[in-house]
Amino acid sequence: MDGFAMGDYGAYVWSCVALTFVIVVFSDWRARLRHKRVYRDIEVRLKALEDRE
Amino acid sequence: MWKWFHQLASPPHFYRIAEILSPWLAIPGLVLIAYGLWQGLFVVPMDYQQGDAFRIIYVHVPAAYLSLMAYMIMATAGAVGLIWRIKLAHAVAAAAAPIGAAFTFLALATGSIWGRPMWGTWWEWGDPRMMSELILLFLYFGYMALRGAIDDTAKADKASAVLALVGIVNVVIVHFSVEWWSSLHQGQTVFKKGTMDAEMRIPLLIMLIGFTLLFGSMLLRRIRTEVLYRERRTRWVREMILATGDGT
Repeated sequence: MDGFAMGDYGAYVWSCVALTFVIVVFSDWRARLRHKRVYRDIEVRLKALEDRE
Repeated sequence: MWKWFHQLASPPHFYRIAEILSPWLAIPGLVLIAYGLWQGLFVVPMDYQQGDAFRIIYVHVPAAYLSLMAYMIMATAGAVGLIWRIKLAHAVAAAAAPIGAAFTFLALATGSIWGRPMWGTWWEWGDPRMMSELILLFLYFGYMALRGAIDDTAKADKASAVLALVGIVNVVIVHFSVEWWSSLHQGQTVFKKGTMDAEMRIPLLIMLIGFTLLFGSMLLRRIRTEVLYRERRTRWVREMILATGDGT
């Protein structure tokens, strides 16, 4: 447990590590979400075009 | 060489290459980050002055380094797009901005958290490194806002590329601020001899390589989306979507 306590600085060190993890995961999730949205929009547009034809 | 370059600049070709390359950067990147973090948090001895608080360096420095690298990629890609009118270059610039903003925010936040126990303050308004990094974050926000405000993609590309190029001045200031002015922030450490023991430096270099690979993977994924959006009315996108039905 001493390793996790980091002297008196555990809260500072672990909050930085956690924040890094959250930001990387959030950024990646946002990127995936946007890709799916763009892809779906194109799909919908193509389907609408096909139906019209 | 030129044939390869031209092929790479072709959106459909790049779209496929990026899909293949992205996991090949992400996986080794994550492995290196896990190893570097383990070393940095548990194996490396504590600093004789800062104690265990110095371990924040293993996330703060990669974030700060990527905040500058992303900006340089954004500005260089913008310049390439302006000069040679390569469409893909503008997509690269647009894709780099949100990642750069995320890492700039991370560098500021981890720096602030580190500053509290070491300097006795979360933030120092007079510190040139902190202020120039904050301006960098505003530059990213400004860049993205400018892009979002202009409907015409070609016009948005040009205007944002000019803004990115002007902002390079701030990147230089961020980098040299600790040498030019008196600052609470410590001077150059990572690549300067005699400033850091190898035992501490090697995990940091591993983290830098790991984060760079992860950044590369994140960038490729965002470029793919940007390419897909920009090429949404082209034949290759239509054929790809109709043929596969799943290109996500």
